[in-house]
Amino acid sequence: MTTTTNNNILDSILSQVPSGSSFSDLRESSSNFLEKKGLPAIKEEEYKFTSITKKLENSISDFSFAKKSDLNSETVESHVFDAFEGDLLVFNNGSFEKDLSKISNHGYTLSLISDAKPELLGKIAKTEKDPFVALNNIAFEDGVYLKVPKNQKVEKPILLLFLNQSNEGQVIHSRILIEVEDNAAVTFLEDSVSLDDKTYFSNMVTEIKVGQNSQVHYNRLQNESKNTITVNNTETDIHRDAVFTSVLVSLSGDMVRNNLSLNLLDSGCEGNMYGLYLLNGKTHVDNHTNVDHTKPHAQSNELYKGVLADSSRGVFNGKIFVRQDAQKTNAFQQNNNILLSEDAIVNTKPQLEIWADDVKCSHGCTTGQLDEEALFYLRARGLGKEQARGMLLYAFTGEVMDHISDEAFQNHIVNIVQNRLGSNF
Amino acid sequence: MLSITNLHASIEGTPILRGINLEVKAGEVHAIMGPNGSGKSTLASVLAGREEYEVTEGEVVFQGKDLLELAPEDRAREGVFLAFQYPVEIPGVSTTNFLRTAVNQVREYRGLPALDAVKFLSVMKEKMKLVEIDQKLLSRSLNEGFSGGEKKRNEIFQMAMLEPTLSILDETDSGLDIDALRIVSNGVNKLKSDKTATIVVTHYQRLLDYIVPDYVHVLYNGRIVKSGTKELAMELEEKGYDWIKEEVNAASV
Ligand SMILES: Nc1ncnc2c1ncn2[C@@H]1O[C@H](COP(=O)(O)OP(=O)(O)OP(=O)(O)O)[C@@H](O)[C@H]1O
Ligand SMILES: [Mg+2]
Repeated sequence: MTTTTNNNILDSILSQVPSGSSFSDLRESSSNFLEKKGLPAIKEEEYKFTSITKKLENSISDFSFAKKSDLNSETVESHVFDAFEGDLLVFNNGSFEKDLSKISNHGYTLSLISDAKPELLGKIAKTEKDPFVALNNIAFEDGVYLKVPKNQKVEKPILLLFLNQSNEGQVIHSRILIEVEDNAAVTFLEDSVSLDDKTYFSNMVTEIKVGQNSQVHYNRLQNESKNTITVNNTETDIHRDAVFTSVLVSLSGDMVRNNLSLNLLDSGCEGNMYGLYLLNGKTHVDNHTNVDHTKPHAQSNELYKGVLADSSRGVFNGKIFVRQDAQKTNAFQQNNNILLSEDAIVNTKPQLEIWADDVKCSHGCTTGQLDEEALFYLRARGLGKEQARGMLLYAFTGEVMDHISDEAFQNHIVNIVQNRLGSNF
Repeated sequence: MLSITNLHASIEGTPILRGINLEVKAGEVHAIMGPNGSGKSTLASVLAGREEYEVTEGEVVFQGKDLLELAPEDRAREGVFLAFQYPVEIPGVSTTNFLRTAVNQVREYRGLPALDAVKFLSVMKEKMKLVEIDQKLLSRSLNEGFSGGEKKRNEIFQMAMLEPTLSILDETDSGLDIDALRIVSNGVNKLKSDKTATIVVTHYQRLLDYIVPDYVHVLYNGRIVKSGTKELAMELEEKGYDWIKEEVNAASV
């Protein structure tokens, strides 16, 4: 069902798409899909707790595409976290800024999607998966195609830095396609930054292919301004004996919706998903994850943790799908939340669909308050109340941050989290 | 050092302590015994500042200060230490990790300079010997998967690190075998001086062979119903509590 306003949003976005651009098949099928399906209506099951369309209607006044901001290397530099070592890819409202980036090309190749016209585009993130994938398919102006060839280990991490700002328009579409061939390894860091406090809507799609026996680690930080609306679709195809690990830390935003899908396409592969959301004010973060076990002997691990203060809202929905063929699957899922205020809410829902009979699946979720006994214990040893509280919360969140695979990025995130736990809560 | 007068406390509206009076002077060891549920841990918790308990009457003066006015952390900084009957498990926080902050916050309060990492470690090493505790244990998540004896030793280790004036040991001996009991008691004895005082809550006379009390009190139904010297503990060991209960019940008729 599509509401009129919902159509208005679509119409104004679609009217800006230049005709005759490449990927016409993809864009056309996406248009057809969206025409039928529309953006998520209120009460739509997949967006039950996250009224994203309504939020867009109410918060975005200008659905024009944001123009590139005036950026120079100092601005860029100031937003790169301390002690970062590796290649830097800078995106200006979704457009790749080659001149502001630092690219060694050591162990990988990089091109614009418009130049390379990769076959793989739109094949991993399927149009029907989510209306915002379809919307991105139609609206993205360009993006980056990064390829790690066979047998190559990229030694240093690659940082994708998204600098976002409302600029004569409030809509930003970013698109990334990563193709890691067989027996390769690479670590990505992603950081999105708001250049000011003005409201914008960022709709991003990341597609990742993890080739046979390859290892890919994707570490992502979401710490944009309190006025941003973000939808993020990350879709991964994971091949035989490959390992993919996602670590996602969400610290701010107005409304954030993350769809993360791991398609475990063959035996011996492993998918890991770690998430932390540390929310205050009215921030609303919704993590929908989906792991699809298709073949025997694959495993998945998932741990998402949340700390919620004020009137923030967290949503966790973890789908585990084990197909009939996928015997000997190991799937583990855990979601734990601490609510620090009476007005904070978490909706958590595991969704297991298991068609094979010889599998090990476990899942659990907890939502509670800070452990008062533990707090008293630490205070009785002379630790101040704030300090004790911070220490307990930090211990709770640490289990997720331990998985960040780059030390400098980990330190950066740990610092932000420690500061927040010490003062803001 | 510690003076408790007519202390009443309740939890969720149920009175548990019903008029406790106790004087503890520097250099003394007091043992508190009594049947299960009589209020021993409640008394210890109220002294340490557990917030679930409501003090409805009475006062507690510790070294001239109104103890009940102070937050739990300030009581610890003033020199009150409680070894918990059931030490809590805290995943993700190790003893070393929190104790360094705790020790330095305590030192700051007492006007002492902070210990740097090297100094802290050397103090730690010295105190570890006292209770024969392994460093590996101290860098693991606090009390998680510790044996009963390890938990209790860790409590006394922390006591040694914090150098309290008044130590309250709530059943630190329960569940310990004879070797562990000796180690723990030795630790406590070495920390004693004529400037400190100790309150030991126990069910077992055998502890008092190691930590010799100056006074023994029996807590029953939220009151101290009998006080004596260490001979009283022997008598209790032999005869149990029934005769005391009878005495009390007869007196209240
Ligand atoms: N949180 C609570 N809520 C309600 N009642 C409580 C609570 N904690 C303790 N009590 C009650 O208070 C009374 C005293 O308990 P306390 O733990 O002080 O006894 P104790 O003398 O230490 O016993 P034990 O020898 O078993 O350790 C008991 O009747 C107990 O059930
Ligand atoms: Mg007790």
